[in-house]
Amino acid sequence: MTEEKIGLEKIAEAVEGYEKVVAKATAKFPERKEVEGQRIYTPLDIKDFDYMEKLGFPGEYPFTRGVQPTMYRGRLWTMRAYAGFATAEETNARYKYLLEAGQTGLSVAMDLPTQIGLDSDHELSHGEVGKVGVAIDSLADMEALFEGIPLNKVSTSMTINGPAAVLLAMYVAVAEKQGVKPEQLRGTIQNDILKEYIARGTYIFPPRPSMRLVTDTFEYCSKNIPKWNTISVGAYHIREAGASEVQEIAFAFANAMAYIDAAIKAGQKVDDFAPGISWIFTAGLDFFSEVAKFRAARRLWARIMKERYGATVPKAQMLRVHVHTAGSVLTAQQPLINAIRITWQAMSAVLGGIQSMACCAYDEAIAIPTEESATLALRTQQLLAYESNIANTIDPLAGSYYVESLTDQIEKEAYEYIKKIDEMGGAVAAIEQGYMQQEMARNAFADQRDIETGKRTVIGVNKYVDNKEQAKEQDVLTVDLAVGERQVARLNKMKENRDNAAVKASLEKLRAAAKGTENLMPYLIDAVKTYATLGEICGVLREEFGEFKPSIYY
Amino acid sequence: MENTIRVLVAKPGLDGHDRGAKVVARALRDAGFEVIYTGIRLTPEQIAEAALQDDVKVVALSLLSGAHNTLFPKVVELLKEKGIKDVLVIGGGVIPDADIPGLKAAGIAEVFTPGTPTSKIVDFIKENVK
Repeated sequence: MTEEKIGLEKIAEAVEGYEKVVAKATAKFPERKEVEGQRIYTPLDIKDFDYMEKLGFPGEYPFTRGVQPTMYRGRLWTMRAYAGFATAEETNARYKYLLEAGQTGLSVAMDLPTQIGLDSDHELSHGEVGKVGVAIDSLADMEALFEGIPLNKVSTSMTINGPAAVLLAMYVAVAEKQGVKPEQLRGTIQNDILKEYIARGTYIFPPRPSMRLVTDTFEYCSKNIPKWNTISVGAYHIREAGASEVQEIAFAFANAMAYIDAAIKAGQKVDDFAPGISWIFTAGLDFFSEVAKFRAARRLWARIMKERYGATVPKAQMLRVHVHTAGSVLTAQQPLINAIRITWQAMSAVLGGIQSMACCAYDEAIAIPTEESATLALRTQQLLAYESNIANTIDPLAGSYYVESLTDQIEKEAYEYIKKIDEMGGAVAAIEQGYMQQEMARNAFADQRDIETGKRTVIGVNKYVDNKEQAKEQDVLTVDLAVGERQVARLNKMKENRDNAAVKASLEKLRAAAKGTENLMPYLIDAVKTYATLGEICGVLREEFGEFKPSIYY
Repeated sequence: MENTIRVLVAKPGLDGHDRGAKVVARALRDAGFEVIYTGIRLTPEQIAEAALQDDVKVVALSLLSGAHNTLFPKVVELLKEKGIKDVLVIGGGVIPDADIPGLKAAGIAEVFTPGTPTSKIVDFIKENVK
């Protein structure tokens, strides 16, 4: 018998002894019945643990401990704040303020008409212009958005999906005007259309032509903008729409695998395009489970990329993660306490080894954040980075019996889901069958029921409710309707000053290309440079590709 | 089935956040109402038309994008234009307290903000449906 085995037997005996003590204690103090998971974890829970196989070292396969060799010792994570509202000029001023305040990357929020490829003067845009983000109708707005911000100095993350290729084309065109070359650009387009069908809702075209736009950006960027993250696969949105942390990983991975399969089918090589894949996850309230989630996701993704797709370039195997802390768990009641929830969500992300982060503002359950609440969200990250010392040692929870068990368990369960989706024929088929949508709706409902029955405690909502809390004068950011009128006036003026014949010619070339199989990116860049509007460009593509009509599951 | 209350759950505008709308739709269904959920991205006109066609007693609107001050009253206005008078219109979503009096004045019977138990919505409908 090996020394190790003898050790484990001794521990097993000791655990038995402990259980006897516990039996007496629980007779006197019954355990809280809502608590899940084991009471205690011991070496017995990770007895087959192989350090090199499961963890290895930071910056090395399977990247469980992190994707860079020195992690935050070398460079802290990128701190972002999701911001954008009203017109490009107003958002530009907010960006300059945030950069001044020490933010290191921009995160562009766009309004809903922009996100679904409609101009501000469209009937459906009424009341929505500039509300949840900035309105971008044409290259003129994009120029105003980045006025005075050198694009070779910042990294820009754009939350855009359906028309992501068009917005990327605009960014490239603005850079060109600034004298910045495509290869100098750093940033991300979200570009993850599959999760729009199941979780976020800003789809335009049906899945097949949408997948073409995605793979076109993969190819264009791998050749021209190598530092650009061509997709930010949204695990975040899936979780926020109701998924569990295991499903958050599994459904997002399944979607990503669908893009990879499509790109391979289009003749691209995994080692060329996969380094451009990045991720957005959430950080929820279940602290250790969240830490383990990031570790498990990195390991599982590395294995999928290596074993299933034969990726050999390390960057093609790495799960590089941006985190946006969870908004759906924030409360409108006693809104200030959200700042504390956000703090430990952010801590779990840092301990989980993420690459960039944006924290929610504490007032997000009430309205769009104010400058003050957005600044506090940024300060939360800065406090963790500079004062808590939690970023000083890499993957500090590694080796914890509990965290390693959780990591193994989450990885295993996520993989089970992925196999199930494989059997259905992959993510597109699973979405068409409504599988992910139904799972998420079921979880969301169960979650609400747990809050209403008190199984899950939410301070301020079903426990420690402040009955004296009354409608206080909340300092709320409001975007008035005049913004829509101003934006439409801008749009009209821009149209008067452009060369309409050039616009028409570029749109017809785009149409012809859309009918064929060529990469659409060069045509989109030509079109945006003539100041063809987003609505006009997407209008041509709508005519050629059709529009997506969803089935509803609840 | 004559006494079953028919409810239209709808999301006006472009907002795609429908976790809340779906949870409410299911809770209302479980509470014995007949629920029609229309999915996202409808114009106020389409919602009013659906209310008319389906002869609903309640229209429950959900919006998290901030466009509620424009879109909720527009639905009420169009319902009136179509001659639908005895319908109860309620709303929910990320809606600042300061906006609620204005929405009520515009004909939204009640506004339910984040943290509201679904049972409260059920009770409100039972007590106020015409």
